[in-house]
Amino acid sequence: MSKRIEVNDLNCYYGKFKAVEDVTMTIEPRSVTAFIGPSGCGKSTFLRTLNRMHEVIPGAFVEGDVLLDGNNLYGPGVDPVNVRRQVGMVFQRPNPFPTMSIKDNVLAGYRLNKQRMRASEADSLLESSLKSANLWEEVKQRLDKPGSGLSGGQQQRLCIARAIAMQPEVLLMDEPCSALDPISTLAVEDLIQELKETYTIVIVTHNMQQAARVSDETAFFNIAGTGAPGRLIEMGSTDKIFATPDVQATEDYITGRFG
Amino acid sequence: MSTLTSTTNKVNPLTAGQLPGFALWVTLAGSVVIGGIIDSLVFYGFDIWTTAFLGAVIFLPVIYAVARGVEGRRAAADRLATALVSGAFLLALLPLVSLLWETLSNGVARFDATFFTWSMRNVIGDGGGAIHALYGTLIVTGIATLISVPIGLMTAIYLVEYGRGPLARGITFFVDVMTGIPSIVAGLFAYALMAIVFGPGTVNGFSGSIALTVLMIPIVVRATEELLRIVPNELREASYALGVPKWRTILSVVLPTALSGIVSGIILSIARIIGETAPLMIAAGFTNSINTNPFANPMMTLPVFVYDQYAHPGIERVFYNERAWTGALTLIALVMVLNLLGRFIAKRFAPQTGR
Repeated sequence: MSKRIEVNDLNCYYGKFKAVEDVTMTIEPRSVTAFIGPSGCGKSTFLRTLNRMHEVIPGAFVEGDVLLDGNNLYGPGVDPVNVRRQVGMVFQRPNPFPTMSIKDNVLAGYRLNKQRMRASEADSLLESSLKSANLWEEVKQRLDKPGSGLSGGQQQRLCIARAIAMQPEVLLMDEPCSALDPISTLAVEDLIQELKETYTIVIVTHNMQQAARVSDETAFFNIAGTGAPGRLIEMGSTDKIFATPDVQATEDYITGRFG
Repeated sequence: MSTLTSTTNKVNPLTAGQLPGFALWVTLAGSVVIGGIIDSLVFYGFDIWTTAFLGAVIFLPVIYAVARGVEGRRAAADRLATALVSGAFLLALLPLVSLLWETLSNGVARFDATFFTWSMRNVIGDGGGAIHALYGTLIVTGIATLISVPIGLMTAIYLVEYGRGPLARGITFFVDVMTGIPSIVAGLFAYALMAIVFGPGTVNGFSGSIALTVLMIPIVVRATEELLRIVPNELREASYALGVPKWRTILSVVLPTALSGIVSGIILSIARIIGETAPLMIAAGFTNSINTNPFANPMMTLPVFVYDQYAHPGIERVFYNERAWTGALTLIALVMVLNLLGRFIAKRFAPQTGR
């Protein structure tokens, strides 16, 4: 269910602007990898290259390789749609489909692709996904109500349920807790710990404590200045990055001494 | 009790220096009365419109001065602006109400069963109706809608979801240009097109539909484009991230999210073209008989019927005028029903947010 990601010499562009430069890293299966770094350093941009969501933006393109268990996502003839079915994504702001009920939102990946499914199968998938997202108890009475009627934290967990209902190999999370209160954040963090048993998880976060709490590996990104591309500065086990980083810039960022 | 009386006697600093609620109305009534007196004395006798105008002219500085004295500068400016805005609104409403009233009072006389069951075939003088024009309007507008909506909808989808570069810019430009085409030109275009394809002098319902299509497509494109653009990009990304192809995302996420708005936009664009007269006079022509075949012979439509009854009356003019008014009333009623339908659909089928 989970796969290793290898990234070789990856550059990301928005038109002529080079946003991320020369990233090489390996992300282990069944682990949580956190990306930290200042705003605008290309963490989210890089994350979106891992399921080919980067190129959705007009003018954006990528150079380099991303290997998912040895298969290049950017190889010739690769359909981004197939990539995205294997690499799920949770966004910064909860984005349930407003026209759909809670149930249809969870099953959206199947419903939108018009995949046929037995009712019993759909119900068990619905229940297991919502249970994995710690949302089942709160919504089981109102599965046919619109998803947009939930609270922000519930909506975000609904989006997580929607992503894991597709049973992806990898789950990408782009600041999933930045719009949530501490209690909902805790719920999502607990969820990440449970999910890493089955999935490879990559999470972008601005919250250093969160990175320290949930991740096994941490990657620090930084930019030299405005207009310069973001770079991967250092990557290693979370304990090491937070205790004894190799690079001075990492230590400065983590301890709050920058500028 | 003593504390209670003391608090009620004390002036609340937050409500001090305000005009009481009735002051506005007293000032307004006073201004109108003074306006009426001036009107009666200075001008040639009392007249309601001159009185209202003079009343308004007197009211504006008076309410400003009164409010300035009691409430201060900010509140006075607020009162003046409120008065001006309300006045502008009433002024804009006046022709609308007058138009509706005139049409209603003149048109109701013949708004009867005969009007909706008879055509004008062999009718001279009294009686007769507009069933032929009603059929024509429904057929011509219906065909125009059937042609315009798919073209307009797909153009809008192209512009919002796919369009980049010179082609999209060109389409946007020409849609803008088409919005400004005089409707008579659309009629001439349809007439000329029919003349080329089916031979000179081809005048029928379908030709009218073509003329209306030229006018309707840009309206549909504009309305739909706006609505597709306000569908949040996050929803598209959410769908892509689930491995849904772009065309399914558009079909199953973007369109349903904007559907209620699109449907009401289409209905409003029908309401816009249903009253077009000039292009139909050229392209669909005149007739006094029922013609339900859009591909042969002229077809009467309601706006043309109204024009025809008014412009080409028989000897007893009054009957023709009555029919013209009733035709206009029917048309207004039709547009109003369409508008209400559009609003209802927009409300009823909008994405629900309820808990």
